[in-house]
Amino acid sequence: MLRKSWWKILSFLLLVYTCTFGFLVKVPKLDDRMQESIRNFFFHVPMWFSMMVLFTVSVIYSIKYLRNPLRKHDHYAKAYAATGTLLGVLGITTGAIWANYQWGAPWSGDPKQNGAAIAILIYFAYFVLRGSLTDEEKQSRVGAVFNVFAFFMLFPTLWILPRLTESLHPGGQGSEGNPGINGKDLDPAMRLVFWPAVIGWTLLAVWITTLKIRIELLKDKQEQHA
Amino acid sequence: MHNRKHYLLSVLAMFMALVANAQEQTDVMRSNGKIYVVMVVVLVILLGLFVYVWRVDKKISRLEK
Repeated sequence: MLRKSWWKILSFLLLVYTCTFGFLVKVPKLDDRMQESIRNFFFHVPMWFSMMVLFTVSVIYSIKYLRNPLRKHDHYAKAYAATGTLLGVLGITTGAIWANYQWGAPWSGDPKQNGAAIAILIYFAYFVLRGSLTDEEKQSRVGAVFNVFAFFMLFPTLWILPRLTESLHPGGQGSEGNPGINGKDLDPAMRLVFWPAVIGWTLLAVWITTLKIRIELLKDKQEQHA
Repeated sequence: MHNRKHYLLSVLAMFMALVANAQEQTDVMRSNGKIYVVMVVVLVILLGLFVYVWRVDKKISRLEK
């Protein structure tokens, strides 16, 4: 899986599709508040979806490490957390650009914006914590424990708290379900671009992560030979 | 190597013909507020990103051998 190439090509094709049909597809006008900026839905939202996937993979490897402390597992957990954090930063940045033109300010203290910022900061803390320990085995072990905590903090910060209060984001108090997944307001034509976009970005992020993992594995090998 | 040069040159010629053609008439690229110009820019960036990641991948593969 680490070195196969079919899914890398798939990721390329899906993203080329996203970046063409993301512009070509006819979007609903509704009350025209969003105008063409609704197309950001194909680019901003998949960042968060792939971030969630990568953090999930990361925490699985952290748990694996805690059950069986192999260095390999820690390399996986760390690399997936790093790429996931990058996606989160991209998500928050693109969100701020969109918000500036849609809500009038890049940061309105919207519950979902605040929650996302807290979630990302917790992942920053993961890397700071690892960096502050000099012993490699401790880095892996304490990191794995912290990663479990960081992952479970995603649920209140991103999924629960923003839904309980009024929010500028769709899905705040008063709306039902997840607007991205089962909302009746998502146009079927947009869905056909959105889901390939999510898969494409996720695969690209996984690809970049595997490169980081392979470098770490190479370093391990070098150390063994030295 | 020689073949590749020829290939690149012909692609370049085709591209230039396309650009020259575009200046003469109002085409798809100029419709809808020139949004498709943005689309092409995004595609070029995407392509560049993928070529880069692909090459890093190959380099790591070589190191692994």
